[in-house]
Amino acid sequence: MLLLAPPLLAFGFVYLASLVALFISSFWTVNPFTTEIERIWNIDNYRTIWESGAYRSIALRTIGIAAAVTLTDAVLAFPLGYFMARIASGRSRTFLFVAVLLPLWSSYLIRVYIWRLILNEDGVLNWTLGKVGLPHIHIAYTNWAVWIVFSYVWLPFMILPVFGALERVPHSLIEASRDLGAGGFQTFRRVVLPLALPGVIAGSIFTFSLTLGDYVTPLLAGGHPGTQFIGNVVYSSVGISNNVPFAAAFASIPLVVMAVYLLIARRLGAFEAM
Amino acid sequence: MEQRSTRWALGAWTTLVILFLWLPLGLIMVYAFNKSNIQSWPIPGFTTHWFRVAWDASEVRTAIWLSVRAALLATGTALVLGSAAAFAIARFRFFGRETVSFLLVLPIALPGIITGMALNSFFVFNHINLSLTTIVIGHSTFCVVLVYNNVLARLRRSSPSLLEASADLGADGWQTFRFVIWPVVSTALVAGGLLAFALSFDEVVVTFFTAGAQNTLPLLILGYIRLGQQLPIVNAIAFVMILLTVIPVALAQRLMRDTGVVARGTAK
Repeated sequence: MLLLAPPLLAFGFVYLASLVALFISSFWTVNPFTTEIERIWNIDNYRTIWESGAYRSIALRTIGIAAAVTLTDAVLAFPLGYFMARIASGRSRTFLFVAVLLPLWSSYLIRVYIWRLILNEDGVLNWTLGKVGLPHIHIAYTNWAVWIVFSYVWLPFMILPVFGALERVPHSLIEASRDLGAGGFQTFRRVVLPLALPGVIAGSIFTFSLTLGDYVTPLLAGGHPGTQFIGNVVYSSVGISNNVPFAAAFASIPLVVMAVYLLIARRLGAFEAM
Repeated sequence: MEQRSTRWALGAWTTLVILFLWLPLGLIMVYAFNKSNIQSWPIPGFTTHWFRVAWDASEVRTAIWLSVRAALLATGTALVLGSAAAFAIARFRFFGRETVSFLLVLPIALPGIITGMALNSFFVFNHINLSLTTIVIGHSTFCVVLVYNNVLARLRRSSPSLLEASADLGADGWQTFRFVIWPVVSTALVAGGLLAFALSFDEVVVTFFTAGAQNTLPLLILGYIRLGQQLPIVNAIAFVMILLTVIPVALAQRLMRDTGVVARGTAK
């Protein structure tokens, strides 16, 4: 067992050293002429992000869509989680559980790609709308498409913890609430909802952070400058313009947002519900 | 209990959301047999031609082979390191224990792009050429966590008194491992390994930064989709990949049925 300690430590060291180096490099700059990194301490990268309207709107779009996706998934997941935990039983519950779990594990890339086929001008959605006599909608390659695709791919991450939290609500509490004369809605609002909230917040950690850090969905479902996320700027800063310091500085935004979010989530008891 | 109308409404909502999850997957299965190479709906006719084309494309084969090797190596690394870490955290108290357990979860807590970029800078800075090895290192970061989580959950639920009982009854270290520890953790290892393999095989975000010029299967598909090329091949591969993920996940689910670990710790 002790023999395994060195590789494990080496592994942790490489990973941690990389992260620290990345953070430090965000305070350096790239010389635009030589494209060499100049190791002079400054906050130019952060200043550029703060002062440029384009980068600010990319950051706001990323955070805004991440919040919208989280809200959408919570709304879609809660009644389903409730049904799974409190109404379905035995085999139908197992069936639902697997039905939610399998899409989560099938290829992420493929699941994003499918939505291009669905939302296209001549895709399934417009065909269906045409069949029922509704006008076509043109949302392919827009922020609407990005929002729909994100909500689709991360939905199971919300359903599972919500289901878990609702399943743990003791039945005796609900009976007690009834005995004390509370109606169905009152019981739901005063007993079930507060106890299930940590589950929703646990799910929101996944949906929010996964959306914040992603670049593939904005690239494939959007694919133009108006749908760029922080991840896309980071991706092209590293892959195309080779400006790692700037990429590192921009990547610190989702990191800080997530750190704050996690602190709040821990306060609300979400970690026990994961 | 809920009123009848409430139950009915919840059931209807559940059905709709499940359809929302599964109709797109069903759709891609149909598109795989699309006769035309234009991806519009409805498809003009059915053919199995594209499976043949995909299978014969050397690019696809090379990519699949690279993905398989990367996933096997990453899974192997994860099984060894992840279970070792889980044993250490579960059984011993040592200096920095909290830090280590926090560090282990970091690769799934941080956005993949940060892990990818950090490793990329590290390799470039140290003049390490991007290769299969760097892909495996990148994948191992999150695969280790999966195995670690699965094994740790299993160990926490098994009582330490089992080990004491085994020692009291005169078993040596090897016997205790063979007859007490192994039966407890073996299914957790298999489940964790299957999940690690599935995740590694599918990974794009970190792989992009650690693969260099080579294409794993997801990177190849990403390129095809971006350029709008070879979409019939993408459809055919999608069909096979969806079928293939169903099998290991269903198996892992079966093995871990009592713990629900499959659902947990999956935030890549």
